[in-house]
Amino acid sequence: MNLGTRKLLDHSFTALGFGSIIIMGLALLVVLFPIATKGVGAFVFKGTIEHRKLLLSEFHRGDPKEIVKEETETNRYRQKVFDMLAAFDQELDQMDYEQQSKYRSSYDQVKTSLRTLLGPLPGDSEPALTRFQYGQTRWDKAEEKLHGLLYEQKWDYSNPDVIAKPYDVSRAAGFAGTSLVKLFPYVEENLDKMMMPEWTFYWGFFTESSLDAHFFGGIWPEIQGTIFLAIGAMLFAFPLGVIAAIYFTEYARDGFLTSMLRSANSTLAGVPSIVFGLFGLAFFINTLHVSESKSVLAGSLTLAIMILPTIIRAAEEAILAVPKTYKEASLGLGSTKWNTIVTVILPAALPGILTGGVISLGRAAGETAPIIFTAAVSVGAAIGLGDVLTSPTPALSWNIYNLASEHEAAAEIRHVQYGMVLALVTVVLLLNLSAVILRARISKKLKG
Amino acid sequence: MPMSLEATETKKNDNSSTGALDIYLPPERKKVTGGGQPHVVAKNFSIYYGEFEAVKKVNADILSKYVTAIIGPSGCGKSTFLRAINRMNDLIPNCHTTGALMFDGEDVYGKFTDEVLLRKKIGMVFQKPNPFPKSIFDNIAYGPRLHGVKDRKTLEGIVERSLRKAALWDEVSDRLDKNALGLSGGQQQRLCVARTLAVEPEILLLDEPTSALDPKATAKIEDLIQELRGSYTIMIVTHNMQQASRVSDYTMFFYEGVLVEHAPTAQLFTRPKDQMTEDYITGRFS
Repeated sequence: MNLGTRKLLDHSFTALGFGSIIIMGLALLVVLFPIATKGVGAFVFKGTIEHRKLLLSEFHRGDPKEIVKEETETNRYRQKVFDMLAAFDQELDQMDYEQQSKYRSSYDQVKTSLRTLLGPLPGDSEPALTRFQYGQTRWDKAEEKLHGLLYEQKWDYSNPDVIAKPYDVSRAAGFAGTSLVKLFPYVEENLDKMMMPEWTFYWGFFTESSLDAHFFGGIWPEIQGTIFLAIGAMLFAFPLGVIAAIYFTEYARDGFLTSMLRSANSTLAGVPSIVFGLFGLAFFINTLHVSESKSVLAGSLTLAIMILPTIIRAAEEAILAVPKTYKEASLGLGSTKWNTIVTVILPAALPGILTGGVISLGRAAGETAPIIFTAAVSVGAAIGLGDVLTSPTPALSWNIYNLASEHEAAAEIRHVQYGMVLALVTVVLLLNLSAVILRARISKKLKG
Repeated sequence: MPMSLEATETKKNDNSSTGALDIYLPPERKKVTGGGQPHVVAKNFSIYYGEFEAVKKVNADILSKYVTAIIGPSGCGKSTFLRAINRMNDLIPNCHTTGALMFDGEDVYGKFTDEVLLRKKIGMVFQKPNPFPKSIFDNIAYGPRLHGVKDRKTLEGIVERSLRKAALWDEVSDRLDKNALGLSGGQQQRLCVARTLAVEPEILLLDEPTSALDPKATAKIEDLIQELRGSYTIMIVTHNMQQASRVSDYTMFFYEGVLVEHAPTAQLFTRPKDQMTEDYITGRFS
């Protein structure tokens, strides 16, 4: 191969490598950017008077006097809507039956729309679910609902060859000639005065429990559950893993049994996490009865089994990477094997061991499948430290999945889901960051 | 037992050495008092790596307080023999021994021998400087702490004494709390010597202690060996025959696991009894 070709090959490979790194970075940005922006939207948004009312009555936060003042102000504008409804009610009564039935169903839709927008209308009985007791708490949602009030969505089935397309039909047109026609432009124009949107930094999102199955409130029980589960898993897996690694590297003789154990460990690292989940249910709960049913303890144990191989391997590598000369020096000074391990080998291997540990911690925090059957519930209050042995807990990973797929009002609370994703990514990122910093510090100390 | 040193010293004055070997003439040395008893005794001592016999039926007396050099070509078993004395070979799987190796009349490989205590009495310095990634102070204090010294004042005393003995005190006394890995190679090796001295061993085993050092640092280590001669029994494995002649009183020549010749250094280098020894020191093979 001549010099020219060689150089060309080198250059093209450099370009290829650089290009793939750029593509990877862009892909990461594409994923992380919406997570960040939409996630932030969960706690920084334009909150309406409904949000402040909710905070006051359900969480006892906010200035009552201020809120009463705002309520009077917004009610002034809302009253006109109510008056229009009352006027139309009377108008409807005077119509004959045919005309009545013409308006009845779409009038009900208008009222439903208004209820979701503003909360219960005068004369309604108190709804059972919290989500129906308040209007829209977020301005972006309110604008969305306003659209639903102004336009009825219909489907275009005219072409049988393509999937039906939705199109909007103005509701106002349906009420042409009645007194209700005025309501639509009025609401459109005065919605902000009826809702009083204000930029809100809702820190309670991270510190409060949710209300009405994540419809309102925060995600603290989930965050706490994630932390409990991850730390619980580490409590079991880290000491066990390090001890196993010490055994493998310092005590085990190379033989059939050792190589079997090693390959078993490697295999364990490749087992799909859902298998661990089922194993946790079958073994820890149904066989060992560590708890009556799902509990943080059972979940932690399951996660611990899952991350154990990673910890063992990382610790093993770290211990093997300690120069043999340290061991010789220590033993040469009349140190016992155990003393050498504790005072020389483990400190030198600590950065590597910790890195493995924290990566595993991040994994334990993020895994969903192992806790489905062993620890996670979709809705629940934050549990106390004393309940971890017996109580299940909500956790971020499982609740993200739950909100995305199983929640009855999933579409209404996407922002909560994004907020949870952001919280989870942040928790894992912080854990990894702390590992990097810790490792750098210890390495620096070791290098002098 | 090799011929006594005094005998060779008188014979040296005969001036009967061959011209080619003159460079190996050892320098004048101070007299050693209270030494010369057999400190380590090997009787038909063999070391095996699995089936392979690395050291073959060695019989030798190592005399106390003197410096004994072990020379020989690579792979001749000299390091293996040295490391057998404080049982560092235990780290190598499948390594076992036959025959007897006695230290102070006690069987080194005896059933009830505590190898940890043994290594405290027989210190070792390795080919590559291997300080711990700790401060200079903690490096020296590591051994004493292991053996139960906790008092800070006592430790400080030991550290200073050891560093002074290793001729390192003046260079590091103002930075004892700095990481030992920041020292130069030569300083690190002297630190390793000091660390070994801190546990007050009786024997000092040096396994090619200067092979990773530059000539200046090597000279310092050699001076240090002269300083320590007479206080400790010293055994040094070296590739450098001039170094062996410079620092040692006795020399052992190993070839393919066999102890070919063991004699006072001046004699071995000037009038070797064995043809193989002469071939080796005159550079006919290596």
